[in-house]
This record gives sequence, C-alpha cells and structure tokens, in this order.
Amino acid sequence: MLLIPCPYCGKRNECEFIYGGPVGAKRPDPNAVNDAEWVEYLTVTPNPQGPVQEKWWHARGCGEWLVIWRDTRTHDIMEAPDDAT
Amino acid sequence: MQRNRRAEGGRIDRSRPLRFTFNGKPYEGYQGDNLASALLANGVRVTARSFKYHRPRGIVGHGPEEPSTLVELDGEDASGNRPATTVPLCDGLSARSVNCWPSPGFDLGGVNQLFSGLLPVGFYYKTFKWPGWHLFEPAIRKAAGLAAAPASPPASGHFEARHAHADVLVAGAGPAGLQAALKAGRAGKRVFLADEGTEAGGSLLNRALTIDGKPAMDWVSGTVAELDALENVTRLQNATVWAYREHNLVMVNECDPDRDGILERSWRVRAGEVVIATGTTERSMVFGNNDRPGVMLASSVQAYLNRWGVVPGQRVVLFTNNNSAYAVAADLAAAGVSVSAILDSRRTVAPEALDLVAGLTVHLATVVSEVRGHKGVRAVKAAPATGGAGTWIECDLLAHSGGWNPNVHLWSQSRGALRFDDDLAAFVPDQPVQACRAVGAAAGDLSLDRIIEGGADLAYGIEPLWRVDVPGQRGMAFLDIQNDVTVSDVHLALREGYSNVEHVKRYTTAGMGIDQGKTGNINIIGTVAMQQGVPLQDVGTTTFRSPYTPVSFGAIGGLREETVLFPYRHTPVTRWNKDNGAVMYEAGARWQRPGYFPKPGEGLQEAVNRECRAVREGVGVYDGSPLGTFELKGRDVPKFLDFIYANIMSSLHPGNGRYGLMLSDDGLILDDGVVLRLDAHRWLLSTSTGHADAVNQHMEKLLQTEFPDWQVMITTVTSQWNNATICGPRSRDVIRALGTDIDLSPEALPFMSFCDGTVAGFPARIVRVSFTGELSYEVNVAPRHMAAMWDKVMEAGAPFGILPVGSESSHVLRVEKGFLSLGHEVDGTVDAYDLGMGWAMSKKKADYTGKRSVMLRRASGRVRRELVGILPVDPDRQIPEGAPLTPGGRKEATEGLVTACVWSVVNNRWVGLALLENGHSRHGEIAHVRMKDDVIPITITKPVFHDPEGKLMRS
Ligand SMILES: [Zn+2]
Repeated sequence: MLLIPCPYCGKRNECEFIYGGPVGAKRPDPNAVNDAEWVEYLTVTPNPQGPVQEKWWHARGCGEWLVIWRDTRTHDIMEAPDDAT
Repeated sequence: MQRNRRAEGGRIDRSRPLRFTFNGKPYEGYQGDNLASALLANGVRVTARSFKYHRPRGIVGHGPEEPSTLVELDGEDASGNRPATTVPLCDGLSARSVNCWPSPGFDLGGVNQLFSGLLPVGFYYKTFKWPGWHLFEPAIRKAAGLAAAPASPPASGHFEARHAHADVLVAGAGPAGLQAALKAGRAGKRVFLADEGTEAGGSLLNRALTIDGKPAMDWVSGTVAELDALENVTRLQNATVWAYREHNLVMVNECDPDRDGILERSWRVRAGEVVIATGTTERSMVFGNNDRPGVMLASSVQAYLNRWGVVPGQRVVLFTNNNSAYAVAADLAAAGVSVSAILDSRRTVAPEALDLVAGLTVHLATVVSEVRGHKGVRAVKAAPATGGAGTWIECDLLAHSGGWNPNVHLWSQSRGALRFDDDLAAFVPDQPVQACRAVGAAAGDLSLDRIIEGGADLAYGIEPLWRVDVPGQRGMAFLDIQNDVTVSDVHLALREGYSNVEHVKRYTTAGMGIDQGKTGNINIIGTVAMQQGVPLQDVGTTTFRSPYTPVSFGAIGGLREETVLFPYRHTPVTRWNKDNGAVMYEAGARWQRPGYFPKPGEGLQEAVNRECRAVREGVGVYDGSPLGTFELKGRDVPKFLDFIYANIMSSLHPGNGRYGLMLSDDGLILDDGVVLRLDAHRWLLSTSTGHADAVNQHMEKLLQTEFPDWQVMITTVTSQWNNATICGPRSRDVIRALGTDIDLSPEALPFMSFCDGTVAGFPARIVRVSFTGELSYEVNVAPRHMAAMWDKVMEAGAPFGILPVGSESSHVLRVEKGFLSLGHEVDGTVDAYDLGMGWAMSKKKADYTGKRSVMLRRASGRVRRELVGILPVDPDRQIPEGAPLTPGGRKEATEGLVTACVWSVVNNRWVGLALLENGHSRHGEIAHVRMKDDVIPITITKPVFHDPEGKLMRS
C-alpha cells in the first residue's frame, strides 16, 4: 500500500485514494483532430517502465485531486524528472 | 503412552496432559506441544501421504518449513492444509492428514506409486488439455488431494485488522531480533517486535547453547523481561511477518486463539525502519528415498529433543556437509540416544566439531546414497563421496543437514537484492532498497558467537552438496517433498527447454505449495546450476512472494465484513416502510428502499398491480430521497453543464428544470437526470441513485484536473434534501389538501418547473418532474421534517386512496412509458440515438463530452441495436428479462435482448422493452425470443404503452 503525499493532508495510505489514471495528453479540440488522433487521445495512455505522472483523488480524505510522479518499477513517489514536460 | 517422550527436559508442562485425535485415533500430549511433537512423542511415524505418488511420509521439520505433513483440523478449529508443526496442541484437537484415504498407513491412492514412471513432470499439462479438459477435471480435482475449505465459518470468535506505526519494526525474536529490539527500545524508539513462535528465543529454544557460560535461554528471558517492561515496545508472539510491501508497510498476522474471542488479527504496520531478523532454515540433502518417514532435518531432531523432550528415533545416523549437525549428535548422545554414525561429505572437519562428538563414529568424505525401508527408515547406505561400494548402516532415524539458508523472504519482498555467498553457499541480503536491514542469521551470521557477545557456537564450515550423485544410486531423490518433484523431473524440464529457474518452477511445480520450498529451493537452483555448468549466482532465485506462510482470508478481511465496510443507507422513512410491511430491497449505492408493500396473504404481483393502479387511476407516493443530488455554484456552471451534458443546459431559466443525458468522452452513457436552475449562479443536479458517486467523481476530476480555472463549486446534497414524490391524476388534490402557499395551477407551475414555499407548514420545494408518466410533484423538505411530512401525506391522501409505491411498481410504471433505466437498457454499446433520444444530443454545441466518440462510432455504419417495445403475441406470456432474441428464434447469433418485461395494468397484458438490431424500422414485425426449450413470438412496437403524447404528465 502506497503512502501518497496529499498537499493538504500529508502522507496518507493509498486506501484513502481513488486512482485516476496516468496523466495523458491534454484533451484536443475534437473538431480539430482526425479520427485516428481522437482515438489515440482516448485510448493510448502512458505506460512506461519508470516514472509516470498520475492522478489520484483523495476521495476518503479532503476530496482533492492531485498529481504525483511514481516509478512503476519501484513504487517510489518522486519529484518530477528533469526532462518532464 | 508417549513412548518417545523423555522423562524430563524440554519446554513442555508434563502436569498438563492434553488429549487429541489424529486420523480418528486418540493420543495424549502435553501443554507446550505442537501436533508434530505430540505425534512423534507417541511414536506415530507415517503421518501423511504424498501429493502425487501417495508415498508414505513422516514429519520432516519443526516449523513453517515442514514440507510433508499437512493436516486438516475438524470441529471449531476447522481449517485445511496446516503443517502439523505449526498447529499448537490443545485439548480435544481433532486432525486428519490430507492426501490420503482412508488413512496414511493404508492409502488406496498409493497405487499411483506403481505408475510413477507414467506420471512425469508436465504430465498434466501434456495430457489433460483442451478440448477434453472438462472430462478429466472432476476426477483430477478430487485426486489433487489438498484439503477442502471449511464448510462453514468458525462457530465463534472473529477476525480483526489493525493499523500500527513504529519507528522500528523487528521481524523475529531470536537472538539477533531481541538484541535489535532491546537496543531500539532502550533508545526510546517505538518498537514493534513480531515473532512467529509461541515464545521468544528463535533457534535458542531448540539448541543447548550458552551465553557468557550460562544457558542461552536465561539471556532470552532476561531480555524479554526488559522489553516487556518498556512502554514503547510492543512484543507479539504467534505473529508472523508475512509480507513486506512498498513504502515500508509490513503485514503481520497474529494468531492467538485464546484472547477476547479474536481468532486472528491482521496488522498493517508502517515502519520507519524494518529490522529483518528472520533467522535461517535448514535445507535438505538430496539422495535416494530421502522422503521416507524417519528422514528428518537435523535441526528438527535437535528441536524435538531439546524443546519438546521427544526422541524421534532410537538409533540415529547423521548426514551433513557442515558443522551444525555435530552439535545435534552431541545433544543426542548426551540424552543417551544411540548415534550409529555421522556421515560427512567433507574431506576434513574442524577439530572443535570432532571434539564435540568424541567417542562417536565419524565417516568423512561419505554420503548417504539411498535409504531402505518403506513406512520408516530401516537402514541407510553410506557410500564414498567419490564413488565406490557402499555399506548399509541400520538405523531408524536419519538426521540430515544440507546447510542453512538465511530467511531472505522479507528482504527480497522489500526489493532488496540478493547475492550468492560462496563461503556460506547461500543467497544472502545484498544492498537494501527500502529502509531496512538484515541482522543475525538472516544476514548470514550463522553462528551465535557472531551475533551475540559471549555466545559460544561452532563455526559453520559448509561445503555445499546440492545433491548426492554417486554411481549405482537408486530410489527417487526428492528436491521438493511437498510437490513430489525429483531430480529427474528437473532434468527432464531442462531437457525440454525450460532453462530459466522460474520456468523450471512453474513446469515442475517445485518450490510451490504451502511450504514454498523452504527446505528444497536451493537444491533445485543447485541442480540446475550443476546441469548447466554455471554458478548459482547466475541461475538466481525464484521470486520470494508474499505470504511467507499461509494467511487465512478471514485475517486479511478482518472485520471488514460487507455491512461493516459498506453500511446500508436509510432515509427517514425506513421505519415507516418497515412498519407498513414493505419488503425492503437494496436500490444501488447501498440504499435500502421498499420493493413493494404486500397486504397479508398477498403476493408480489398482486401488490404491484394494486400500487400501479393507484398511480394510474388515483394517487401514489414514493420516497425519492436516495437520488443523487448536487448543488453547483459559480459563474462557469452553465459552461460546465453544457460540457458534461449532451444537451444544452445553459439556456435554462431560473425556476425551470431540464432532463439531460451525461456521456463519458468515449461516448458511453454515464448517467441521466434532471437539472434545475435555482438562480443565475446556483444549480441543482440530480443523478440516478446508483451513479451518484461516479458522477461526483467525474465532475470533480474534470474541474480539478482539466478546468482548474473554471469557477464551479460542487456540494453533495444527497440526503440534505428528502422528498416525497406524489404521483397520479389526484396528486394535485393531495397537495392542496396538505395545504400550500404555492400556486399549483399548470400555468403557474408547469411540467419541469419548481417553486419554493411551504407544504403542510414545512418549508418545501415542489418540483414537477415525472418518472411515472403521471402528473407528479416532488415535495422536497429537510430531513428533519421528512418523517412528519410523510405522515401528513398519507393522512391527506387517504380520502384519495393514496398508496405507497415500491421500486417494483416504479419499474412497471417506467416501462409502460418507455423511460430509460440505466441498469436495464444501457450497456457499453447503446447510444442516445439507439434509445430514440437523439433529441438529447445537441446539434448546436460544437463540443461536449462524448460527442466526437458517438459520431465516430456511428460513422462506422455498423448495425445498431435499437430500443423497441415488445408485446408477447400471447398477452399472458411473461418473458424473462435478459432473454435473447434470435432471427426466427433459431439457434443463431442473437440480434438483441429483452431488457424489461412487466405486467401492465393499463394494457392488461405483459409488455416489455428490448434492444433489437435495426429495431426502429421494424415496428409491427414479429420477432422471436429464444428460450432454452421454447421460442416465444413477440410483436415489435414503439417503446411506449401509455399516454404516448405525454399529456398526463404535463396536465
Ligand atoms: Zn487530502
């Protein structure tokens, strides 16, 4: 069980949170992209071996959605990598 | 009679005899025994039959490493697959061996031994496979032979789960663990010390060692006394640390059946530092028939002798490749047991070890190649390690030591690396990853003098021997006794190309099961290394997964039983409902709602018909409080609602409401509900009962992650408002009778509008929405007024014949109108157009959630399943909900399904709804429901069976 840092509540057990998936591409203007690009946006999410930026909801806590960087190999929660955009 | 029990010695209480039965026979043991020590004391040699070949087996180990004797406990302690060495003896205990019938001494499955040549590794994979698997499965499952799950939960007591925090968690209360706990405890740290044994001491309980010239157990009791006096130290016995998770979370399972009716307690401990003091496990030697009853680990023989006062054999041979067995021989000799010989595979042995066994016969450079005896050891063949003729030595007990493995399970689970140490011939902890350290034997310090100052012990001095391999060797040589995996099985797997040790494990099942190969895994790795000619480091270990020892599901769940974890939710009317005979249903999101209100002697259908008729012809009322309700405030709410709903909400005027469909961005229907605009910046949004949480999450996620600069605040107000929904042609009369200052005329309060005021003296908001198709008023009041309001509604409605309406009737009424129910008509395939609700998909908005995906999917031109009404050709024929429709009723791929079918009181027949391919253009056609033994013809219609123009609800 991860220990997730909430900006309001501090480090809390993972069971207080709901996973919100990796932070993917920003939602494009659906009228400005073609079908393939739209499907790509909807279905292709980052799944790296290594640091991934993800959304978590402190649902059984303060209700805040937060974003963390987590290393998928180690579960380490970390600072954003230097080359992160 | 306990014929193998010594007259004195050991940590048992001879004044407290305990009676127990094993495979139906009565025996007696003592307080302090476990089942295995008691069986050995009684001279029971054959205690099990093996998994695959049904070979007779005895007790091998003395703790959780026991690979051989698994038992099933009966009665109140019912549980399966418990190693006999981990079952504390208690009075009245009743245990049976698994894997054999009718008894381990006479086992019918033993015929498998005759066919062992026909049961090679991978036999099941190779033989019993698709398409015939279903033919073999029942027989294989029966023969597979591990214990069944208990038929019923424990008769008394409960499981519990607790969280704890510690500066230092110490796993193991052997010499190293006690020392680490004491140091941290004296420094004032919060210490959590968990040990799997019934008492502290670890290996010192089993060995006759000294510290500073005094018995080592004196040091243990002194240390335990000091620890127990420290308030900052929590010490648990019978508490196994079974998992090391991420971020230093450690799982501990505490078994202590005698306290407060708690069967087991599961601890989740978040620790600043974890000290892994888990000790070592002795490993087996591998030779012919190394599984015969009477072949035991040397350290276990020593444990039975010293800790339980049991002599498991009268004439003992020891076989070793390290010095630890010399201390065992010395203990046996001191106890007066005849030691026939010590066979040592090494060429030379340290003088200290030989001094310890002065007077005993020692054969160096000698191995055991084979054991004779079927239901018990009768002789062992001592052969020169380099080959040559051997000699038989008669004995009834063979104590063997293949060396020691540091228990690195927790270390490995913490993701710490392992390294093969050539001096120790074992994998030991290398670099840590999380905040932990290994100490004592778990870190590779395999003798007491290296752990504790003043501890006296022999140096380890191992020369590894992964398996005995001399010419002319006979008998099956087991690497994994529990799973009946032999050296030749591993060789076969390697020949068949399973060269990775993880593949070898899965193909042969070696190292799986209850014991997880604690005594044999290293020999498997060694055997692979020998065969491939590589060092053990390169073969590597298989993954050490949790749990370290089996954990019952009850302990993991703790008290989080369904109704505790997800309590039911009630409205203020629950009491009234129950008092008035309601049959209560769960209506999604754990809400308890009335299903129907039968009169005495009345069945479901009669009650539902009566309730429906009241709504259609007079008036009914239901409690609509469980509907999800959210108040949205802020100047960007209109923009936000236009984005999350398929239709336009921003054009709504204060005082009015609008029905809307909410989609997810992949074009699926998420929810439907009514939105009210309270004033310029305040909106009230309602959701279906079961989806309230999902909708809340959807909205919060969008606002916080996609549109953080939009000014929208969401407040959950479900059950901050309760409502009585009064519906039916006489509903207006009932509200007038209740007394209100709100103008109820259709001009002043039309359909889909609302007004605040008072009703029956209570502050109220009346909303004109309809889920039944009738004139309908939702009277919303504060929860504290709801019960009183409800009583007044029933009183004022009585002259009009008002009836309470349950969810069964609500279902009938909505089907008659063809209103959508998310759980019935909506799945992951239909869209608004399929449901005939294309009007809800705004053409004016360039973008809203889900639009692009719906259009994309429809552009594929694939056949759609569309919502239709159905009328069984036989009006009295009911169709089960979910029944498939097939072309012509033939046994073909389905073209749809029946989503709902109800008895319609207004039509006096069964009517229903269905999703059917191209259904919108098939009105008037006959379609067919295909049942298992029947085909039911139905007429396809528009999906509405009552007031198609909607005049009544607008009246
Ligand atoms: Zn928080």
